[in-house]
Amino acid sequence: MLMNSLIMALGIALGKIVISLLSAFAIVYFNFPGRRFFFWMIFLTLMLPVEVRIVPTYQVIANFGMLNSYSGLIFPLIASATATFLFRQFFMTVPDELTEAARVDGARPMQFFWDILLPMSRTNIAALFVILFIYGWNQYLWPLLITTDPEMNTIVMGIKQMFPSGDDVADWPVIMATSILAMIPPIIIVISMQKLFIRGLVDSEK
Amino acid sequence: MEKRVKFKGWRLPMLLLLPQLVVTVVFFFYPAGQAVWQSMFISDPFGLKSQFVGLGNFEFLLADKFYRASFITTAIFSGLTTLVSMGAALYLAVLADRLIKGSGAYRTLLIWPYAVAPAVAGVLWLFMFNSRVGVVTWYLGLMGYDWNHVLNDNEAMGLVVVASSWGRISYNFLFFLAGLQAIPKSVIEAAAIDGAQFWTRFRTIVFPLLSPTTFFLLVVNIVYAFFETFGVIHTITSGGPQQATTILVYKVFSDGFVGQDLGSSAAQSVILLVIVGALTIFQFKFIERRVHY
Amino acid sequence: MATIKLGNLKKSFGKTEVIHGIDIDIDEGEFIVIVGPSGCGKSTMLRMVAGLETITSGEVQINGARVNELEPMDRNIAMVFQNYALYPHMCVFDNMAYGLKIAKMPKPEIAERVRAVAEMLELEEYLQRRPRELSGGQRQRVAMGRAIVRKPDVFLFDEPLSNLDAKLRVQMRLEIKELQRSLAVTTLYVTHDQVEAMTLADRMIVMNDGIADQIGAPLDVYENPATAFVAGFIGSPATNFFGADELTVSQNKALTAALNDAERAALDQPATMIGIRPEHLQICEPNGACLTLTVNYSEALGAETLIHGKLPKGTAITIRQNGRLPLPEGGQELSAVWSEHSVMVFEQNGRRV
Ligand SMILES: Nc1ncnc2c1ncn2[C@@H]1O[C@H](COP(=O)(O)OP(=O)(O)OP(=O)(O)O)[C@@H](O)[C@H]1O
Ligand SMILES: [Mg+2]
Repeated sequence: MLMNSLIMALGIALGKIVISLLSAFAIVYFNFPGRRFFFWMIFLTLMLPVEVRIVPTYQVIANFGMLNSYSGLIFPLIASATATFLFRQFFMTVPDELTEAARVDGARPMQFFWDILLPMSRTNIAALFVILFIYGWNQYLWPLLITTDPEMNTIVMGIKQMFPSGDDVADWPVIMATSILAMIPPIIIVISMQKLFIRGLVDSEK
Repeated sequence: MEKRVKFKGWRLPMLLLLPQLVVTVVFFFYPAGQAVWQSMFISDPFGLKSQFVGLGNFEFLLADKFYRASFITTAIFSGLTTLVSMGAALYLAVLADRLIKGSGAYRTLLIWPYAVAPAVAGVLWLFMFNSRVGVVTWYLGLMGYDWNHVLNDNEAMGLVVVASSWGRISYNFLFFLAGLQAIPKSVIEAAAIDGAQFWTRFRTIVFPLLSPTTFFLLVVNIVYAFFETFGVIHTITSGGPQQATTILVYKVFSDGFVGQDLGSSAAQSVILLVIVGALTIFQFKFIERRVHY
Repeated sequence: MATIKLGNLKKSFGKTEVIHGIDIDIDEGEFIVIVGPSGCGKSTMLRMVAGLETITSGEVQINGARVNELEPMDRNIAMVFQNYALYPHMCVFDNMAYGLKIAKMPKPEIAERVRAVAEMLELEEYLQRRPRELSGGQRQRVAMGRAIVRKPDVFLFDEPLSNLDAKLRVQMRLEIKELQRSLAVTTLYVTHDQVEAMTLADRMIVMNDGIADQIGAPLDVYENPATAFVAGFIGSPATNFFGADELTVSQNKALTAALNDAERAALDQPATMIGIRPEHLQICEPNGACLTLTVNYSEALGAETLIHGKLPKGTAITIRQNGRLPLPEGGQELSAVWSEHSVMVFEQNGRRV
C-alpha cells in the first residue's frame, strides 16, 4: 500500500509538473492561432476537482480498462490547471530582456526553455512538487472507487478497509498503526521542506 | 498582461500544449460532458436501457426532500467548517505575528496537520470519540455526558466539522500570517501613536487590510468543505445517522456508486459543477480587481 | 566590422506609427549614438536593427545585404541591455559562453575566448560568480563581455549606463569608448543623456517623435542645429527661444545685421523664432541694441554661473557666464549682448532657416 501511495503521489506530482511546464511555456511564449481558446479551455478546470465529475470519470476510466491501474489513479487527477496557472504567473515575471538576450545569443525556443527558463523555475518546481506530492498522497475518494483490487489500494484509503463491516469490534491498534504510517511521509516532507512548502502553497493559490 | 517577446511558429507550441490538452479533454471535458448528457436520462436498475427525460432528473431532485435536506446539510457543514477553521487560524496567526522570537517553531507546530489526509484525520478523531475506546468519550462519560455520534445527529455533525476544520487550520493560518506580515508595520505604528488600542487597531486597520486574504480563503475553504471533506465524512459517519451528514458530494457518491442511480447522480454533478463554476468566476473577477490596486 | 544601411525604416504598433522613416548609412567601425527624449522611438529603432522587433516597412542592411527577415543571431550582432539581462542562474563564465555554446564552438576555444575577454574587462576573478554577487559596474562589464566574446559585426547598446551611479557612469563611458576604438566594431548606442551622446558619438542621430531631426557629428550638431528641437535638446542649459516681436526696432536692427537674406526674410513671418544659446549671451553696459531682461535668480555652480531672467514680455532667458564674474541679484535689470554669428532663426515648423 505504501508503494502504491508513493507511485501515485510521485506520478501526480511529476506528471502535472511536466505537462504544465510545457503548456505554460506554450501559452506564455508563443503567439499561435487559438491560443486564447486553449488558454480558457485549460483554465476552466482551475477549481473543479475530480469529485464533481466523479461518476462519468469513473466510467471513462472503466471504458479504457484503466481500473486498478496506476495510470487510472494518476491521469484524472492531473487534469487540472493549478500548476499551469502557477507556472504561467511565474513566467510572466521573467524579464523580457532575458528572452531577447537568449535570442540574440542564438537560442531556439526549446534551448531557451531548457537552458534558461527551467533552471530559473527550480524553486517553483520544487515547491510545487511538495504540494502536489501531498495532494496525491492524501487522495481518498478516487482511489477508493477505482482500486477494487487490494493489491492496488493506497494506504490512505486502505485504512477504511480495515474497519470491519457489521458489529465486529474494530482492531484499533492495527488501524492506528496504519494511520500513523500513512501520516508520516507527508508530515516529514512538510516539516523538512517547510520553506518550499509554504512558498509553493501561497504562490500556487494566489 | 502579455509578453512583449514571442517566439514564432505554431507547430511547436501546439506540440507543447498537446499533453495537457489531451488530459484535459479526455479526463475533464469528456466526463463533464457525459455528466451533462447522463443527467438527462434515466436508466433502469440493470443499466440496459435508458430513457431521455430532459430536465426531469433536475426537477425530481429539486423536489426530493432528501436532496433538499442534503443541500441544507452542506450549507451548515461548509459554513461551520469555514467559520471554525478560519476563525481559529486567524486567532493563531495574530498571536504568531506578535511573536518576535520563536515564530518559526510555532509555525512548524501548526503546519503539520495540513499534511494529514482528511481521511486519516477522520480516523484519528473517530478514534478519540469512539464509543468503546475513545479517550474523549470516556472523559465526557466521567463528566456525565453520554457522547454517541453514531446515533445523535448534532454530535455527528459536530465531529465531522471539527475533524474537517482541524487540518484546514494550518492552511488558513499560513495565508493569514502571510497577509498579516505583508501589512506595513508603519501603518500599525501610526495607529498606535494615534492611541488606538490593540483591539481597535485590529478591527479598524488590520482586518480591513486583510480582507483580500480573508475573501480568498473564504472561497477556497467553501470549495474545500464541498469536496475534499469526503474522506472525513466517509470514515467517520458514512453520511449518517439518517443522512444527517450527507453532504452533496457524498450523495453523488452514494447515489451513483452505491445506489447505481446514474441519471440522478449525474444531475447532482451538474448542479455541483454550476455552483463551483459560479464561485470560480466570482473569485476570478475578484482577483482581477485585486491586481489593479 | 560592418556597414549598416537603414532605408526609410518605419515601425507601427497596431495603427500607431512610432518610427516615421529613418535613413542613414553607417560606415565600418563608426560609433553612432541615437539620442532623444523618452518615448521618441530610440529603443524601437535599435531593436529593429537587432531583429527583436519586426520591420513594418523599409529596410535594414548589414554589409550590403538585406537582413529584415533574419533572426537576431543570423545578423551577427550583439546587444547590451539597459538592465544587462544576465542569466541569473549562470556564472559569469557561462553567461559569456552561452552564445558560443549554442553556436557549437569547441570547448577549449570557448574557454580561450572567454578568458581573453575577461582579461580585457578585468573580470578574471569573477568568472565563477553569479550575477547577483557582482556590483552594478561589474554586471555592466559582464554584459559587455557577453557581447564582445562573440566577435559580432555590430554592437547594439540600449541605455547601458542608466542604471549606474553618476561617477561609475563617467568611468564606464570612457571604457566603452576605448573598447570600441580598439575593437573597431560598428556600434549603435541609445541614450537619452546628451553628454553621453556628445562624448561617445562619431555621429549622432537626434530623434524627435519617431523622426531623425538631425544626423551629424556632435560638434556640428551643436554648432548647427537643424531644427528648434535639436537646438533645445542638445546643449545644457537649453537654447533660449523668443519671437522677433519681442524686440524693439533698434534691437531688431542690431540682431539682423549678422543674418543672411533668407533669415532676415523669415523674421518677417509672425511665428518665426529666434534662438540663442545661453553661453552666447553676455552681460553688457545698457545700450539700445542689447536685450534687456529682469533677473529672477542666479545659480552659482562654481566654474560658471547661470543667470535666469525674463524679457519684458515675459519669455524666460538664461545666460551662462564665467563663475568669477559678479553675481547679479534677483529683480535687477540687466542688458545682454549676443556673440556674432550665434543667432539662429527657426521657421514656424521648427526648421532652421
Ligand atoms: N510593444 C509596443 N506596443 C505598442 N507601443 C509600443 C510598444 N513598444 C513601444 N511602443 C511605443 O513606441 C514609442 C517608442 O518607444 P521606445 O521604447 O522606442 O521609446 P524610447 O525612445 O526607447 O524611450 P525611453 O527613453 O523611455 O526608453 C513609445 O511611444 C511607446 O509607447
Ligand atoms: Mg528605450
